[in-house]
Amino acid sequence: MSTTNMDLLRFATAGSVDDGKSTLIGRLLLDSKSIFEDQLEAVEATSDAKGYDYTDLALLTDGLRSEREQGITIDVAYRYFATPTRKFIIADTPGHVQYTRNMVTGASTADLGLVLVDARQGLTEQSRRHAVILSLLRVPHLVLAVNKMDLVDFSEEIYEKIHAEFTQFATKLNIPDLEVIPISALNGDNVVNRSENMDWYSGPTLMHHLEHVHVASDRDLIDARFPVQYVIRPKSDEFHDYRGYAGQVAGGVLKPGDEVVVLPSGMTSRISKIDLFDKEITEAFPPMSVTVHLEDDVDVSRGDMIARVKNAPEPRQDIDAMVCWMTTTPLKPRQKLAIKHTTRTGRALVKDIQYRLDVNTLHRDQETKELGVNEIGRVQLRTTVPLLSDAYAKNRATGSFILIDEASGVTVGAGMILG
Amino acid sequence: MLGMSQTHVDYRLSQLDQLEAESIHIFREVAAEFEKPVLMFSGGKDSIVMMRLAEKAFYPAKIPFPVLQVDTGYDFPEVLATRDNWVNRLGVRLIVASVEQALADGIVVDDGKTSRNRHQIGTLLNAIEENGFTAAFGGGRRDEEKARAKERVYSHRDEFGQWDPKMQRPELWSLYNGRIHEGEHMRIFPISNWTELDIWDYIGREGIEIPSIYFSHQRRVFERDGMLLSESEHNPCREGEVAEERTVRFRTVGDLTLTGCVESTASTIDEIIAEVAVARVTERGATRGDDRFSEAAMEDRKKEGYF
Repeated sequence: MSTTNMDLLRFATAGSVDDGKSTLIGRLLLDSKSIFEDQLEAVEATSDAKGYDYTDLALLTDGLRSEREQGITIDVAYRYFATPTRKFIIADTPGHVQYTRNMVTGASTADLGLVLVDARQGLTEQSRRHAVILSLLRVPHLVLAVNKMDLVDFSEEIYEKIHAEFTQFATKLNIPDLEVIPISALNGDNVVNRSENMDWYSGPTLMHHLEHVHVASDRDLIDARFPVQYVIRPKSDEFHDYRGYAGQVAGGVLKPGDEVVVLPSGMTSRISKIDLFDKEITEAFPPMSVTVHLEDDVDVSRGDMIARVKNAPEPRQDIDAMVCWMTTTPLKPRQKLAIKHTTRTGRALVKDIQYRLDVNTLHRDQETKELGVNEIGRVQLRTTVPLLSDAYAKNRATGSFILIDEASGVTVGAGMILG
Repeated sequence: MLGMSQTHVDYRLSQLDQLEAESIHIFREVAAEFEKPVLMFSGGKDSIVMMRLAEKAFYPAKIPFPVLQVDTGYDFPEVLATRDNWVNRLGVRLIVASVEQALADGIVVDDGKTSRNRHQIGTLLNAIEENGFTAAFGGGRRDEEKARAKERVYSHRDEFGQWDPKMQRPELWSLYNGRIHEGEHMRIFPISNWTELDIWDYIGREGIEIPSIYFSHQRRVFERDGMLLSESEHNPCREGEVAEERTVRFRTVGDLTLTGCVESTASTIDEIIAEVAVARVTERGATRGDDRFSEAAMEDRKKEGYF
C-alpha cells in the first residue's frame, strides 16, 4: 500500500464520552487496522486493571494524563488512519460547552464534521450546539451518527424520529451536505461493516461515506488569491536576478501569463512563471505552496496579495466578523489586540460587539456588550492595516483571522469575516 | 516530478502533495516571522524529510537557518555520514551540541542512572539558549505517540524550555501565532500530520539519501528487555546476554545503546514500505527503550523540553 496517490479527508468529531465518541474513533482505527498491537495491548491492560468488562477503546485517544484521570477529552487530539483510497486526519474535539474553543479549533481545518448522539437521548442541547459550530465554521459536510442503536433494539422508528428532528433544525443552518447514519460504535454496526441488525437502513456505512464523500469541489477555484509569504532572493552567482514570491495558493488557479494586481499597492503586472521547487509548472491551485514570478519589477513583500486584475478583494480596515473568544478575560469594546490575517499582521480595535450568539438556541443577545470565554458573537473591528479579505463563507483561508493578546502573546480569538 | 502530473483536470492534489505543501508553508512562515530559527537534525528519516522540505521551501536560495545536532557520543557512524552528506550538499551551517561536552562542563549531571537520551534535553536547551535560537524545528509526528497527538505545530516553550500541555495556544486554520517573550522559544513541528508510512513514501518518491542502517544488513545483536540491541564498545553484552549475527534493520535511529533493531530482509524503500504497511507494532514501541518506562514517559520528557 502506497499513500502517494491517495487523497485526504480531514474531519472533526464532536460529542462527549457519554455519546461514545472515543469508542467510535477507537473502532474506526481498529477496524481499518490502524491500531498497533502494542497500543491495543496497553489499552487492554488498563481496561483490565480498571475492572471493565470490555476493552475501553476510548483509552486509545485520551492522550494526556489529566484527561485519563478525568476520563474526558480536554484538548484537540489529531489521529490518523488510512484506507486504500484515502488518508484521514481526525481532529478529535471535546464536546462540553466549556471547551467550545477547542471544537472551533478542530473544525477550522475540517472538510467534514461528525456529530454523535446517543439514540436513547435523541438530540440534546449539546448536539445542536455542535451542529451550529460546524455550520459557523463552514464545514461543508456533516454526518450525524446516531450511536448506541443496540440499546434501543435497533429501532427504525427512533432513528427516523431523530433524523426528522435534526433535518428540521438543520434548515436554520448552513449545511450543504447532511448524512444521518445509525450505528453502534461498541459492536461495530454500520461503522465499517454493514449491520445485520438494521436491514431497514439502506444508506452507506460510516466508513463508506467517509471514503467516498466528494471534497475536491469544496475549494474556491474561481477567485485567485495568493498571499505572499516570503520573498526568495538567492543572491548567488547562478541565480543572480532571481526574485520569486513564495506562498500557498489560497484560492483560484494561477497560470503564467495571467494579468495580476498586487494588493494593497494596486500595481499590475503579469505572471511570468510559477516554480514548484526546481520545476516550472503551468498551473497552481489550492493548497499548493509555490513561487510566483512577475514580469515587472514591482515592489512586492510579505503580507501583500496577488489577485486577478478584475477579481481582487477590496482592502478594508473596517471588519465585521463572527468571533469566538478563547480566554477567561472577556472581550470588550475599545479593547486593542494584535490581528493575523493570511500573512498580514496588524493591530485591531474593538469598535462594537453587536450581539452574543447563543450557540444552543441561535438566539442573538444584543444586551450583553462583552464576550466571555467560549462565547461567539458578532464584532466590529477597525484595523491598523487594511485586510485583503473575502467573506469567510466564500473562502475560509482569506476570510479567517486570529486575535492575539499583545501582552501575553496568546491567541485569544478566532474570527470569521462576514460579507 | 513524480506524483505530480502536468495537467490537473480536477485540480486534485494527492495527500502526499498536500502534506508537502502544508509543511513548506510552515517552514516559510517561520523563516519570515522568527529572528533566529534552527533545524534540529538527528540524521534520522524524519529529520531528513524536514531537510528536504526546507530545501524545497527556499529553493534556489539556501536554507536560511543553521541545523543543530545533539551528539550523544553514542550515535551510529552511518547516521553521522549521512548527516555530513546532507549538510555539504545543501551548504548549511552545522552546529553540534555534544552531550559529552555538556557533561564535562557540568551543564548536565550524570547520576549513573539516566540515559544519554535524557541528557540530550539539558544539552539541547543549553544550545538553544547559548545561540539565542527563537524557533527550533523538530521532526515530531502526531501519529508517533499519544502525548504527541495533542501537540501544536507551533509549540510554545517557556524560559525553562518547558512544555505546558494545559496552556497550549489554540491553533486555527493555517494561521500560526509565533509571538514569544524574551528567553522563550517555539518548537515547530512541520511534519505533524505525516505518518510513518507517509515519510517512507516521500523518501521513496524523492529518492533522497537516508542512513544505510534503515536497510537490511548483517549485525551482531543481543536481546535485552525484548529488544534487539547492537553490540558495540558503548553497549557491551551484560551477563547472560549473548550476541549473534542476524539480518536486521533499524526503524528509528537514536542513541545506539537504546535503539533496537528488527529482524528484516527489507533492503529497498519499496520493501520497507511493504513492511511498514503491515507492521503491527508502533515504531517507538518496537524499538525505543526510552518510551517504555511508563505510559506517560513521552509526556514527561516533553514537559521538560525534549524534542
